[in-house]
Amino acid sequence: MTQPITPGHQPAPPAPESTGLSGWIDQRLPIISAFKAEYIHFRMPRNLNGLWNFGAILTIVLLLMLATGTFLAMHYTPTTAEAFLSVEAIDRQLAGGWLLRAIHMVGANLFLAALYVHLFRGLYYGSYKAPRELLWLTGLLLLVMVMATAFAGYILPWGQMSYWGADVISKAVGAVPVIGGTLEHILAGGEALGDIFLHRFFVLHFILAFLVVGVVGLHVAAVHVSGSNNPLGIEPKTPKDTVPFHPYFTSKDLFGLVLFALIFALLLFFWPGLLMEADNYAPADPMHTPADIEPEWYFLPFYGMLQSIPSKFGGLLAAAGSLLVLFALPWLDRSPVRSARFRPLCRVGLIGLVVSFVLLGLVGEHHAAGGWMLLGRAALLYYYCYFLVLLPLASRIEKTRPLPASIAAAQGEG
Amino acid sequence: MPHHATLKSFALLAGLCLATPVCAAEPAATPPHHSWRFDGPLGTFDQGSLQRGFVVYDRICSTCHGMRSLTYNDLAGIGLSQKAIGDLAHSKQFPGPLDEDSQPTTRPGTPDDHFKSPFPSDAAAAAMMGGVAPPDQSRLALIKPHGADWLYAFLTGYRMPAPAGAPSAPGKFYNDWADGHLVGMPPPLVNGAVTFPDGTPATVEQQAKDVTTFLVWASDPHRNARHHIGKGVVLYLIVLLLLAYTWKKKIWKRLHGA
Repeated sequence: MTQPITPGHQPAPPAPESTGLSGWIDQRLPIISAFKAEYIHFRMPRNLNGLWNFGAILTIVLLLMLATGTFLAMHYTPTTAEAFLSVEAIDRQLAGGWLLRAIHMVGANLFLAALYVHLFRGLYYGSYKAPRELLWLTGLLLLVMVMATAFAGYILPWGQMSYWGADVISKAVGAVPVIGGTLEHILAGGEALGDIFLHRFFVLHFILAFLVVGVVGLHVAAVHVSGSNNPLGIEPKTPKDTVPFHPYFTSKDLFGLVLFALIFALLLFFWPGLLMEADNYAPADPMHTPADIEPEWYFLPFYGMLQSIPSKFGGLLAAAGSLLVLFALPWLDRSPVRSARFRPLCRVGLIGLVVSFVLLGLVGEHHAAGGWMLLGRAALLYYYCYFLVLLPLASRIEKTRPLPASIAAAQGEG
Repeated sequence: MPHHATLKSFALLAGLCLATPVCAAEPAATPPHHSWRFDGPLGTFDQGSLQRGFVVYDRICSTCHGMRSLTYNDLAGIGLSQKAIGDLAHSKQFPGPLDEDSQPTTRPGTPDDHFKSPFPSDAAAAAMMGGVAPPDQSRLALIKPHGADWLYAFLTGYRMPAPAGAPSAPGKFYNDWADGHLVGMPPPLVNGAVTFPDGTPATVEQQAKDVTTFLVWASDPHRNARHHIGKGVVLYLIVLLLLAYTWKKKIWKRLHGA
């Protein structure tokens, strides 16, 4: 080993086979050697834990969503008169339609769940720090795009929650000073939420899903340039710190994927009620406001922020800002130590962040009524303080624990 | 216009904030729980009960309640034969095309037709039924909290005469499980009002139990298939999980052996 070790790539891959069909293709378009370099020989830190499975899981779920979504779209009619009935027909009369739709619905829920875990892993192990800032930013862009896709998708069945959820959001947009009314009108496509709105969100849902695939391409390219971070947050220094992607991480990812698939199947076949909002099986009725308007669980923390602030525009700013602040994270946290394992103050602070996020979800579920309002404000204040006060201060005052000499040394293989 | 929209949205927000305490002041009672065969992650519908329940729906409920998401073909799911489905559909009259004199015609139904609605529209239903259209029953058991238990409690919850001090209103009936204890629907089930082809005595309780089963099936028609396929899929995944775990262990052992 005389060549320098770059994070993920092996020194020099063997010269491509120049004979046969694969050699002929590879000389003209090196997809085979590129695949070998990126997914067979690619060097990964040897100490990755189970949280590093979620990238592969998210990729597979995305493909599953595109596949089922394509077939659902073939049988869906985006008009206010027909949307609900066409979804009912998919569920009841289309052969295997109930299964397609169940996969798409459970997939949407678990996609968001896996995204939150993936995001938490990045926060906990400092994966947003140099040289992975663009990896972090493309990931956040994906989060926002997936949330928009999920929101648009939930509108399509045109049930009571589809309609009134859309109503709450378009009204919230309408609260923006000066241009709010115009924005609301553009979003709704008219005076009321009707055919234009539904058709528009159908197209948006469809096109966003494929744009997500494009950004995933950038995200994956970025991780193959910088290499994966790891639980210790230190860069691999020698080949002993790394292992080739295949067979080490193909076997580990397979195990994680099958475990995830098992949870997926249990929810889909035996406990569908856990993720289902029964109210959405009543057709949209603009004349009849439901007693309890509630978004899907994955939007509840943001709904809690929206409701904790009495001013509508303020609530909208707080909810949007809670995502925007994440984009500034690589520049708010200046500590040279990445992993929270070696940052006692940040570790406690981060646990507090998770608690406040879950609390905000509960606040959303209880419509910030009574004591929940105060709790929601406290949690919201903490959320912002973590990023804007604690992290910038921590890099100066925190006494970090000593880092190990290398990954292999930390595993007792030095 | 924007002012109007803002006012409306504030009204909505105020409504949202008020909704919870108002509801909390009068807690919705939970209907008594029955152990239904179709409950739980492995529950299945009993075909005999489903077929009796359909008799009750067809003879009684369907005179006022639509079930527009279902087609006659869907009844294959409760074990009706293709012939029985064809005959049933054929016995219903649907609006046909205009004839050569532009007069409306009727035609017999086909298995692909959706269940015939008792009223031409919701507005017509509301006008004829005292202001409130009888709700569609396609997903009723799903939308109602504690759907099956509530349906059974409601169908057996009429009391005549009403208990002393109960609210009353002309043209309304007292029911323990109706909102505000008053409902426009007269007691729909009467002992012996239907006869079951399998000879089961048609008591009110039996009819209520069977029609509840049928309505729960209507709101989740693929439950039996889902549970059946699910068992196979989960078993397959457990075997695959064990294999994947063994492979992973074998691979990673190399690293620590080296």
